[in-house]
Amino acid sequence: MSAATLPSSDVIPAHAPGMISNILTLAWRELRDALRARSFLLYSLAFLALGLGVSYVSAAGTGSLGLSGFGRTTAGLINIVLLVVPLMALTTGASAIAGDRERGMLLFLLAQPVSRLEVVLGKFLGLSGALIACITLGLGACSLVLAWQGGATEPRTMLWLASLSVLLALSMLSVGMLVSALARKASVAVGTGVFLWLALVFVTDLGIMAGTLALRLPVRSLFFLTLSNPLQAFKMWALHSIDASIDVLGPAGLYAMDTYHDTLPWMFGTSLAAWIVLPLVAAALIFRTRSPV
Amino acid sequence: MIRIDHLTKTFGKFTAAADISLSLARGESLALWGSNGAGKTTIIRCVLGLLSFQGTIRVGGRDVARDGKRARSLIGYVPQELAFYDDLRVWEAITLFARLKNVARVDLDATLDHVGIPDQGGKRIRELSGGMKQRLALAIALLGDPPLLVLDEVTASLDVCGRAELVALLGRLSGQGRSLLFASHRADEVTSLAQRVLMLDKGKATAEVPVSQFVARLGAGSVLHLHMPEPSRPIAIELLRGHGFAPTLNGVGILVPVPATQKAVPLRLLAEARLSVDDFELLSPRDASLSQENHA
Repeated sequence: MSAATLPSSDVIPAHAPGMISNILTLAWRELRDALRARSFLLYSLAFLALGLGVSYVSAAGTGSLGLSGFGRTTAGLINIVLLVVPLMALTTGASAIAGDRERGMLLFLLAQPVSRLEVVLGKFLGLSGALIACITLGLGACSLVLAWQGGATEPRTMLWLASLSVLLALSMLSVGMLVSALARKASVAVGTGVFLWLALVFVTDLGIMAGTLALRLPVRSLFFLTLSNPLQAFKMWALHSIDASIDVLGPAGLYAMDTYHDTLPWMFGTSLAAWIVLPLVAAALIFRTRSPV
Repeated sequence: MIRIDHLTKTFGKFTAAADISLSLARGESLALWGSNGAGKTTIIRCVLGLLSFQGTIRVGGRDVARDGKRARSLIGYVPQELAFYDDLRVWEAITLFARLKNVARVDLDATLDHVGIPDQGGKRIRELSGGMKQRLALAIALLGDPPLLVLDEVTASLDVCGRAELVALLGRLSGQGRSLLFASHRADEVTSLAQRVLMLDKGKATAEVPVSQFVARLGAGSVLHLHMPEPSRPIAIELLRGHGFAPTLNGVGILVPVPATQKAVPLRLLAEARLSVDDFELLSPRDASLSQENHA
């Protein structure tokens, strides 16, 4: 017999808060906590320092070479983003649920009138805010340095790079939260996050190269394998945006330009969107069945 | 307020709660009593919808498994030890949980005063003592004035003084029409706060008894024979019943079964209520029974 079929006198009116309200409350709490965390500060400083270094060197080296100089700077920044942002997002996401579970905080939180989906979405939203703040700070400071050094800056390109970096950060945050939902201990979750970062940044490229040589993969498969790595999807999209070409990526890039020219941005976008949505959905489903202790 | 039917919870091959059924009416208090591993915490976590389980649990008529969020909005929960963001200030924690509990306005001073930690709003949680943390957890639990309090061995991490103070505070709160479900392995707490006791052993319910029988079953208790003027006896009986004792009238006074560690509690309660006691004596349960028979 459901509550709805019970005599009305037996059902006590309950005033649980709405889903959006709970998500925003939890997100705000998460954002505040993340921005105060020492690890987050260190990541932000590292991102800032590397980004400023690249900007300064590029600007100093190119003088007033104009757009090509800025393009070179942007390419340098893409590599910095590829290194720092996934590591930051993966480890942040990985400790989000597992850390709270280990400290016993999840138990107390879930004993309140909140659903598990609200907790996952609240954490995701809050941590996304913190990552966006970090990326905006890093790339914003780089733009200022470039402007100060007299190098050509193109705010639109910088904004676009920041937007793509945010998408990459969200995809890695989503993967990190999936790891966190699966892991029992925060240390295991963060360790797995670092391992995944290594795999996505270094091992996947080498694996695809080795697989292509060993299995004689057709160039089409090579392109789709590359596209399936969110870091590569980000890189291709960013380079495509600067140069309207991804020829620098070799045969796969040439093939993609020839075959999918106009639809390429959609393909990159779909890849990154899938990496944001699918791991987050999986994290929510797994978290629903997991004990909070 | 709570209805549990055939609750079974297993962790792999280990059965933490086996076919538990119980009900708790509005304003009633029930203790889950047993040693460590008896299944008390498991039952509480199932009531909160934190663990999946077999059977059905309804809180305020709402199925915990299907409508957990609404069911939990009727519950104020106090854990064994408050574990939350230590860097939060007390007022921030109260505000956060007030939002999660859909409480529009909170009078912070009154909230903290109510649980005996006035002027602590600006402190960070990590700066609070164990007893203060438990009082903060209780303040959070009471936000929105929920009709049911669920307590999981709330005094386990406290010293003797902290324990006595918290139990006295809970005693005052439970007498306000609120239902109370709590886990404890301390007989003094059970006799102070509960009206009924579900005795658990290795995940199984071995008995559900009124607190007076619980004391008798423990076997370690005594019976306090209070000699009192006749007019004050009914008032004294009502007062002691309100505090979980099971007094009965006896020719020249009242017989109150008390556990070994609670012999003076009825005397203190009566003194606080300004009810005079002419004399008293401690009897064994057997002697008390004989005394009752003689007067009958």
